[in-house]
Amino acid sequence: MTIERRVFLGLAAAAMLSVAPLQAVAQEWQPRKPIDFVIMAGPGGGADQIARFIQSVAEQNDMTSRPLVPNNKGGGSGAEALIALANTNDPDHTLLVTLNSFFTTPLRQENLGIDITSFTPIAMMGVDPFVLWVHKDQGISTVEEFVEAAKAADGEWVMGGTGKGQEDSIVIAFLAGAYDLRIKYIPYDGGGAVAKDLAGQQVMATVNNPAEAKGFYDSGDFVPLLAFSDERLPAYPDVPTAKEKGQDFSYYNQRAVVGPPGMSEEAAAYYRDLFTRIYETDAWQGYLQSESLSPLWMNAEEQRAYWDTQITRHRELLAAMGE
Amino acid sequence: MEILSLLGQGVLLSLQPLNLLLILIGVTLGLFIGAMPGLGSVNGVAILLPITFLVPPGSAIIFLAAIYYGAMYGGAISSITLGIPGASTAVATTFDGRPLALQGKASLALVTAALASFVGGTVANVLFTLFAPVLAAVALSFGPPEIFALMLLAFATFVGLGGDDIPKTILSICLGLVLGSVGFDQISGAPRLVLFDISGFLHGINFLVLAIGVYGIGEMLWTIEQTRGEVTTTTARISVRGMLSDTRESVKRGWKGTAIGSFLGFFVGVLPAAGATPGSLMSYGVAKMVARRPEEFGKGHPGGVAAPEAANNSASTGAMLPMLTLGIPGSPTTAILLGGMVIWGLVPGPRLFVDESEFVWGLIGSFYVSNVVAVAVNLAFIPLFIWMLRMPFTILAPMIFVLSIVGGYAATRDMHDMWLIVIFGFAAFFLRKFDYPLAPAVLAIVLGPIAEPTLRQSLLLSSGDPSIFFTRPIAGPITIAALVLIFLPAIKLLRRGRGKTMADEG
Repeated sequence: MTIERRVFLGLAAAAMLSVAPLQAVAQEWQPRKPIDFVIMAGPGGGADQIARFIQSVAEQNDMTSRPLVPNNKGGGSGAEALIALANTNDPDHTLLVTLNSFFTTPLRQENLGIDITSFTPIAMMGVDPFVLWVHKDQGISTVEEFVEAAKAADGEWVMGGTGKGQEDSIVIAFLAGAYDLRIKYIPYDGGGAVAKDLAGQQVMATVNNPAEAKGFYDSGDFVPLLAFSDERLPAYPDVPTAKEKGQDFSYYNQRAVVGPPGMSEEAAAYYRDLFTRIYETDAWQGYLQSESLSPLWMNAEEQRAYWDTQITRHRELLAAMGE
Repeated sequence: MEILSLLGQGVLLSLQPLNLLLILIGVTLGLFIGAMPGLGSVNGVAILLPITFLVPPGSAIIFLAAIYYGAMYGGAISSITLGIPGASTAVATTFDGRPLALQGKASLALVTAALASFVGGTVANVLFTLFAPVLAAVALSFGPPEIFALMLLAFATFVGLGGDDIPKTILSICLGLVLGSVGFDQISGAPRLVLFDISGFLHGINFLVLAIGVYGIGEMLWTIEQTRGEVTTTTARISVRGMLSDTRESVKRGWKGTAIGSFLGFFVGVLPAAGATPGSLMSYGVAKMVARRPEEFGKGHPGGVAAPEAANNSASTGAMLPMLTLGIPGSPTTAILLGGMVIWGLVPGPRLFVDESEFVWGLIGSFYVSNVVAVAVNLAFIPLFIWMLRMPFTILAPMIFVLSIVGGYAATRDMHDMWLIVIFGFAAFFLRKFDYPLAPAVLAIVLGPIAEPTLRQSLLLSSGDPSIFFTRPIAGPITIAALVLIFLPAIKLLRRGRGKTMADEG
C-alpha cells in the first residue's frame, strides 16, 4: 500500500514537473480528466459514426492529454443528451456531438426547459446534405418521373424515414407540399434501417444522407434523384439540386460539437483550438469528402448567429408540418 | 470451389502471428467482458475500438470480432455461476443454467454452454460461408410485417414458459410490455411514459436493467429468504474425469437444443433489427416445446442451456452477414463495427464483398479460428469459475450485489438505472412470493420494443388493414404458425383442468 502510494506520489510529482514548464509558457487550460463526449444519438447512427471518427483522429494524432470518451444518450430524440449537458456538474469536461435535433427537440418538447442559446459553441465540423433516393427497379431516373409516379400511386406512395419531426421528415414534408403529393410516411429507428428497407423495396423512396445510402449507390441499387443542397454535390455531379428545379429550399444536418452552458472561457478556447486542428487534419478532410459532407466552418460568433437562424427556421418548418 | 480457396486464404490470413495473437487476446477479453454482468459485447467493442487504430483494418476487425465472439461465450458464465445474465444474449441461459448450478452441476452447465456455443458458431460459419449472398436477399425481403410475424412467433413459443397459471403469465407479459414501451414512441416521434418526468426514463428501461434486477437482486433476496441465511454453496467439484462425463451427458441431453439453437439463432441473427437476444430466447422456447419432457425445462435441463448458448453464438455470426453483404447492422454490436470500418477507410455496402475481398474473407476465416480458440479458452477457465462458486454465500452474496449494481451502471452510465435495478429486484422478490412467473416479463421487454414499431409500421403500410399479416408470402405462413402455437397449448392447458401443481419458473 505504502509503496503504491509512494509510486503514485512520485508519478504525480513527475507529471506536475512535466506540465509545469508548459503552463509557465502558455498559461493554457488543459483537461484534467477524461472528456465526456456525449452523442445525441444511439450507437451506430450517423452522429455516432462521426463522434467515433473524431475520437479516432484525436487518438491517432495524440491531440488530447485526456481521452474523449463517447457516451451515447439518444433517448427522446436527443432530449436525454440535452438534459445531461444542461445539468452537468463538470461543464469543462463535457462536450456534445449534435445533429439537427439540437434545434428541433427543444422546440417540440418545450417542457424540457432547454434553451440551446445558453450552450457554448465549439466547432462546426461540417453539414450533411440530404438526397432523394429510389430503388433502381422503380425505373425512375428524374424528379419529374418521381412526381408522376407518386401522383399515380394516389395516396399509396410509401416513403421511409427516421420519424416525425426528424430531419428527413422535414424534407419529405417540403417535397409533398412543393409537388402536391400524398405520401405515406413510415418511421424507422435510424437511417440504416431506412436504407435497408429501400434496398428490400419495402418502401418506394427515401430521403437519406449520402453516407447512409452510399454503399447501395455504389452497387447500383439506389438512384439519386434530387439533392437538397445549395450546390451540386461533388460526389454526385449529375444530380440536380432542388434550387435548380425552381424550389427555394435546401436542408442540411449539422454535424457540430457544442459545449454545455457555463463552460469556462479557457476550456472553450482549448476545445475550439483542438477541434480546429482536428478539422484541418487530412483524415477529417478525407472524411468530409468521402461521406459527401459540406464544409461550413464558422467561428463561435457565427455559430451563435447560425443557431438563431436555425431555431427560427425550424420553428417555421415544424409549424408548417403541424407539429 | 472458389469459395473454399477464398476461405482457405482467409483462414491462413487469420493464422498469421499478429492476427492469431489478437484473436487470443480478443477472445479472452471478450470472455471476461461477457461474464461481467452489464458489460456486453456492445460496450466491449465500443470501449476497445480506439485500440484498433494501431493495427491494419483486417487485423482490427478480426480483433473486434474475436471480442464479440468471446463475449457470447462469456455471457453464459455469470448466468450459470451467479444467476445474473452476463449479457442480454445470455438471459435465457439462466433459466436452466442457474438451477443446474444450484444442484451442484455447474460444471455440466458450463461444459454444455461451451460445447453448444462451439457447435452453434461452427454451424453458423458454414452457413455463412456457403449461403451469404442468398441469405442477404432473404434479409432484405423481411419488411415490417415479416418481422412482426416473427416476433409473434417468438411470443407463441413462450406461451408455456410461465407454467400453468395463464392469467399470471399474461399479467407478467403485460408488465414487460409496459416497461418496454417507456421512453420514446418511435412512430409519433414523441416521448411517452416518462414516469414522474424523470429524465432517466427518456432512454427507456434497458432490458439489462430489468434482467439484472430480477435475476441478480431478486434471486439473491429469494435465496436469503428461502434458507434464512444459512446457505453454504453447492459442493461444486471439478476434475478431468468429471468434465469428461459432463461432456457425455451434455451431448446426450443437449444435442437437440444445440441443433435448434444453431439454426434458429443464425436465421434470426441474419435479420436486421432482431439480433442475438431474441434468437436465444426463441431457441429456448422452441427447444422446450419439442422436448420429450418439457416440464424438466426451467429446473435444470442441459438442453435449456444448450439452446440459447448455441443460438447466441450462431446469431452473432449471423448478424455479421447483413453487415458484410449489405452494410447494414444486424445487431447493436455490428453497428459499432460498421462505424469502425468507416474509420479504417472502408466503404460498407454491397460492394464490400467484391472490392475488399481479402478483408472480408480474412474476417470469415477468423470466425473459424476464433471459435476454436474460444472453446479452448473457455474450457480452460471453467475450473476458475467453479472455484468461485464454492465461496460461501456470505461472500458471494455481497459480490453478486456489487456486480449487479456496477453492471447496471455500465450499461447506460446513469445512476437512475442503478436505482431501478434495486426497485426491480425487490419487486421481483415479492412477485415471486405470489407465484408470478417473471420470465415472460423479461421476454416481453426484449421482444416488445421490436414488435410494437413493426406492428404499427405494418398497419401504416396497409392503412390499418390487419390482413397484411396474412396476405404477404413470407409473413402469412409465419403469422398462421404463430397463432396455431398460441392457441394449441392454451386449449390443452384448459382441458387439463385444475389440481395440478404449478411449475415454478424463474
